[in-house]
Amino acid sequence: MSPDTLELVTESLWPLVRGAITGTIPLALVSFALGLVIALVIALMRLSRRRWLSAPARAYVSVVRGTPLLVQLFVIFFGLPSVGVVIDPWPSAVVAFSVNVGGYAAEVIRAAILSVPKGQWEAAHMVGMSHGVALRRIILPQAARVSVPPLSNTFISLVKDTSLASVILVTELFREAQQIAAFSREFMVLYVEAAAIYWVICLVLSAAQGRLEQRLDRYVAR
Amino acid sequence: MSPGDHDVLEPPGGHAPPGGTGEPVLVVEGLGKRFGDHEVLRSVDLRVNRGQVLALIGPSGSGKTTALRCLNGLERPDTGTVRVGSDVAVDFATGASRTQVAALRDRSAMVFQHYNLFPHKTVLENVLEGPVVVQRRPRAEVTAEALELLARVGLAEKRDAYPFELSGGQQQRVGIVRALALRPTLLLFDEPTSALDPELVGDVLGLIKELADEGWTMVIVTHELQFAREVAHEVVFIDEGAVVERGHPDQVLRAPHEERTRQFVQRLLHPF
Ligand SMILES: Nc1ncnc2c1ncn2[C@@H]1O[C@H](COP(=O)(O)OP(=O)(O)OP(=O)(O)O)[C@@H](O)[C@H]1O
Ligand SMILES: [Mg+2]
Repeated sequence: MSPDTLELVTESLWPLVRGAITGTIPLALVSFALGLVIALVIALMRLSRRRWLSAPARAYVSVVRGTPLLVQLFVIFFGLPSVGVVIDPWPSAVVAFSVNVGGYAAEVIRAAILSVPKGQWEAAHMVGMSHGVALRRIILPQAARVSVPPLSNTFISLVKDTSLASVILVTELFREAQQIAAFSREFMVLYVEAAAIYWVICLVLSAAQGRLEQRLDRYVAR
Repeated sequence: MSPGDHDVLEPPGGHAPPGGTGEPVLVVEGLGKRFGDHEVLRSVDLRVNRGQVLALIGPSGSGKTTALRCLNGLERPDTGTVRVGSDVAVDFATGASRTQVAALRDRSAMVFQHYNLFPHKTVLENVLEGPVVVQRRPRAEVTAEALELLARVGLAEKRDAYPFELSGGQQQRVGIVRALALRPTLLLFDEPTSALDPELVGDVLGLIKELADEGWTMVIVTHELQFAREVAHEVVFIDEGAVVERGHPDQVLRAPHEERTRQFVQRLLHPF
């Protein structure tokens, strides 16, 4: 590496990391939290015996998973203004990402709920619990344990997908990299540097996932 | 203990005299259930008096579990009435309301073949869940009771263990304590020992026999004929969803009137 390149890397490191701290990470966290709420609602609707609840939920999942995230982002940021709904870049990104996570995580949560043995529902009802109480106290905690690995993967994907927000001019890690690259003309250096930072974030997240799974291991029904 | 306090080691209403009183605790009439085309129960009648033990026996698939589950509304029969105690009567033919099924469930407690303990809760939490969360009784009081019950089945020091840390026999004893802590009028057992290693069966059967001797009213689905003979006041043999024969254990198990009963008993006593 030439001294110039080294200097560029060290000088751009802080702007990129700042982009991660103020853009990428909060965007992923907020979108994931909202997405999980959406996912839980959609999953419970899909599991309902009432068709007027399950049919819309099924449609939601189908549309979200059957369309590209980038297109969803464009519809919200560039499309909605033409019908009078104007949303700023940051909230637009949050809406797009949480709607997207909601669709994928709903399927994870639904499968996790279904994976809890039927006997757990029966025991909960036996001690007198209603459907709702049984779900909250007995079924969901066990489903949560089963969901940790797939939901961690969803979160890690989301962290990487937030780079798409750069196209609607949200200031985050990748947008910082693009701007410095455009200015310095050192595309290779900047984009590899950005990739390295994403990679480090994901390594940390994977390690955290492993820890969490170990801690929750004792809760598995066997 | 102050008057009016409920002794946790005693069935509600106190000890019944051996053999029970004449007062019916469970009266089931015309229980019918079908799954699609498959008629699983055909007009089953059952009656258990206070302090009595009814053993339900029959071949695999004959409808024993289904019948038991109908008694506390885990399964909804298509027809028939179920009365538990003097105050709860549900007629399923006319469509039972949610409140009625809840009342029925309130009166009985079930012990499952595969224990069905809550894996994410400790032994003590498993026992408290019903009385504290559902029945809203004071936690301190229920905890004291639960610990007494756990001590009785030899699991006092396991109060903070998780189910996976227990043997099958220990898990089933927790399952029994969880049922007792609900203070049910009626105890239901679905093959409580058939998932256990043979050397652990005796402990659990011994505990159930103690409960019977204390005058708990129970319905037990079991393949342990020797146990049924010692514990039950009445044995009901069902096959293909219908009662084939019922009577005193010695009669049904040693001198059955019906050919089908005889064959079943023979097969269990002499498997090969
Ligand atoms: N939810 C269900 N849907 C359809 N069929 C069912 C259902 N539950 C039970 N059955 C059928 O009803 C019949 C009676 O089942 P049940 O479990 O009551 O038998 P059992 O006497 O308890 O048998 P085992 O001794 O094997 O436990 C069986 O043929 C079973 O396949
Ligand atoms: Mg059965």
